[in-house]
Amino acid sequence: MSSGKRTGVFVCHCGNNIAATVDVVKVAQEMAGEEGVVCTKDYVYMCSDPGQKAVIEAIKENRLDSVVVTCCSPNLHEKTFRDNAKAAGLNSFTCEIANIREQCSWVHKDRGVATAKAIKISRSAVRRVGRNQALEPIAVGVTRRVLVIGGGIAGIQASLDLANAGLDVVLVEKQATLGGHMIQLSETFPTLDCSQCILSPKMVEVSRHPKITLMTYSEVQEVSGYVGNFKARILRKPTFVDPETCKLCDDCSQVCPVVVPNEYELGLTARRAIYIPFAQAMPASYTLDESACLGLNPIVCGKCKDVCEAGAINYDMRPRSEIVEVGAVVVATGFDLYGQDNLGEYGHGKYEDVLDGLQFERLCSASGPTKGKVLRPSDHSEPKDVVFIQCAGSRDPAQHCAWCSKICCMYTAKHASLYKHHVPDGRAWVFYIDIRSGGKGYEEFVQRTMENDEAIYLRGRVSRLYRENGKIRVLGTDTLSGQNVEIDADMVVLALAMQPSTGTAEAAKVLKIGRDKDGFLAEAHPKLKPVESVTAGIFLAGTAQGPKDIPETVAQASAAAAKVIGLLSQPQLSHAPTVARVRKAHCTGCEMCVDACPYDAIHLANGKAVVNDVLCEGCGACSATCLRAAIEVINATPLQMNEMIEAVLNF
Amino acid sequence: MSAQTPYEPKIVAFLCKWCSSAGSDLAGVSRIQYPANATPITVACSGGVSPQFVLSAFHKGADGVLVSGCHIGDCHYMEGNFHARRKLYLVKELLEFTGVEPDRFRMSWVSAAEGAKFAQVVRDFVEDLRPLGPQDKLKAERP
Ligand code: FES
Repeated sequence: MSSGKRTGVFVCHCGNNIAATVDVVKVAQEMAGEEGVVCTKDYVYMCSDPGQKAVIEAIKENRLDSVVVTCCSPNLHEKTFRDNAKAAGLNSFTCEIANIREQCSWVHKDRGVATAKAIKISRSAVRRVGRNQALEPIAVGVTRRVLVIGGGIAGIQASLDLANAGLDVVLVEKQATLGGHMIQLSETFPTLDCSQCILSPKMVEVSRHPKITLMTYSEVQEVSGYVGNFKARILRKPTFVDPETCKLCDDCSQVCPVVVPNEYELGLTARRAIYIPFAQAMPASYTLDESACLGLNPIVCGKCKDVCEAGAINYDMRPRSEIVEVGAVVVATGFDLYGQDNLGEYGHGKYEDVLDGLQFERLCSASGPTKGKVLRPSDHSEPKDVVFIQCAGSRDPAQHCAWCSKICCMYTAKHASLYKHHVPDGRAWVFYIDIRSGGKGYEEFVQRTMENDEAIYLRGRVSRLYRENGKIRVLGTDTLSGQNVEIDADMVVLALAMQPSTGTAEAAKVLKIGRDKDGFLAEAHPKLKPVESVTAGIFLAGTAQGPKDIPETVAQASAAAAKVIGLLSQPQLSHAPTVARVRKAHCTGCEMCVDACPYDAIHLANGKAVVNDVLCEGCGACSATCLRAAIEVINATPLQMNEMIEAVLNF
Repeated sequence: MSAQTPYEPKIVAFLCKWCSSAGSDLAGVSRIQYPANATPITVACSGGVSPQFVLSAFHKGADGVLVSGCHIGDCHYMEGNFHARRKLYLVKELLEFTGVEPDRFRMSWVSAAEGAKFAQVVRDFVEDLRPLGPQDKLKAERP
């Protein structure tokens, strides 16, 4: 037992919250009989100023070395009383809380029963504290550099905010250019300002910022370490073109014989094997797509190299790995559209004139394949009847995605409106389940689309569509009028669901951060920690975390940046010292704890387990696995647990 | 136990701090009443509950042991409750082998938002333990 201790027990009445159901005086009396307890007190509000002062006085007067406060949940006042113990000269880890309010007085009515349970709870805390060790937080250094993964609007915004705060930023983007999906958009709702016009200047700013190292065409392959001290290995894929020397003359792609679908235009046009994704691409340089090229070999082709006057093309470039050390990571890996293969029932991928939302954006864009004219891909005629189908893949737990993709109501209204601006005598039909237009100016925008632009909104689902006489026959119902609807459409646009991008899945794996049931990155708390991942030092921004529109993405990116700035502005970070400790003499080096640890915090050295204190989170998985009780979490040791079990069973 | 008082099963409830203990706090905040038979011991994670703790509780006279953690997939330490589920399932088998009714051991997954569920878990467990009577197979004499 915990002999030699001088413990004080302080029983709070919490007004009547505890005292009405628990006989607090009796609890105090019972605790006075416990071994090591030299002082007990009860008080009406222990957390009040006089209550805390009384605790401090009692600590000093009785030369206490440990304290138990029996009161409300530790979530409320553990910190209060630990700070208080510290103020009295004790180590804060020698103070424990017994929760006799939420877990006792508030959930039981019978005074005798509640008092008996409160005594057990209090006694278990007394036993535990009897073996607690004084601990100091573990200090760790910080690297003042940040890794941002993803070069869409979320990654761009976070990088700029971080760099403008004076932190070094490494921005890694998988594609050959910054911009993400936002740069593919034509106009943005609800203001209809052009996406390129608001995003391109930010892309330029990123590329010129002295604090930002931009790594496009690169992938994060491995991340190790912990908050304040991560190490990332980044694969730099070869572009075979030196961006410094490239003059953007386009001679190379003119002579390239290989034609492949253009990703930026979502397959609506083709590009060459050597290409620039779009005119404003950043970095402004060409990229030679190795998978499409005939062989990076002058004997096979070599046309582009021959024609390049600047001598910017180099077939001998090889992939490189780079290691960067960073203190924090922002994951902004974005979304993909729910793939066309998934929606065969709407003919997507089967009929040329059934498009997805992003393809329609390209058709509307002045820089797009049709130079801003809305034309059917099949015959380049102007479509006079366009059917927009909302919730294509969203809100369909039985077959597709259970979630609402949030932005589709708005972008469909935008599409319908843009279409009518391009083709004033055309008809825009919109099938919807309901309209979700929460957001500043959003509802007004939808109303304008209905009233001013005369888009025809039909509440109901499309049951089928098929091609007939060069048109697409759309069969659906209008549930408001109860009528079946048949439309001979020239074009159909699907508002496809947003799903986590493949990059998001990869990032989650590399960073070992959780994903939610839908595959989006999991935040540490759905309300109070929306930009933190569960892993300290890793933050989330944008649609990788869940569907959102541009303003929300920008807000979250700035929030993530602010969190990183707060974290890295500390001279040192501290880590909870309640970590696992190895009892060397008992350890046989069986490695079961190594496998059980979710944080890779344990390794073997000289045949014995060794814990990295900074990585350990103190979950106890190792301890519960060890057959020889050779590893235990400090201040929650098996010995302490057994004594607590005895205490609650009156053993 | 005297003949007049009805048998009240004694339960040790290991609750993980992040979900189940928070859920039981919520039951309190919501003033949801449930039987006082279960005394909570808050642990960091259900994955840190050693089978030895469960046996130790029976040894010290528990009539039932509850281990409650976050929902599967939601463990604060990522995979702790997977460990718990896999490992503690074996405890049931061990209990059966030793002649203790395996139903005396129970696991539940209660989130921080599920105060009512926590109360129900305790209520159900108490009711299910009643017909089994006191556990004395593993109970040691007081030292
Ligand atoms: S923290 Fe709740 S089960 Fe692991």
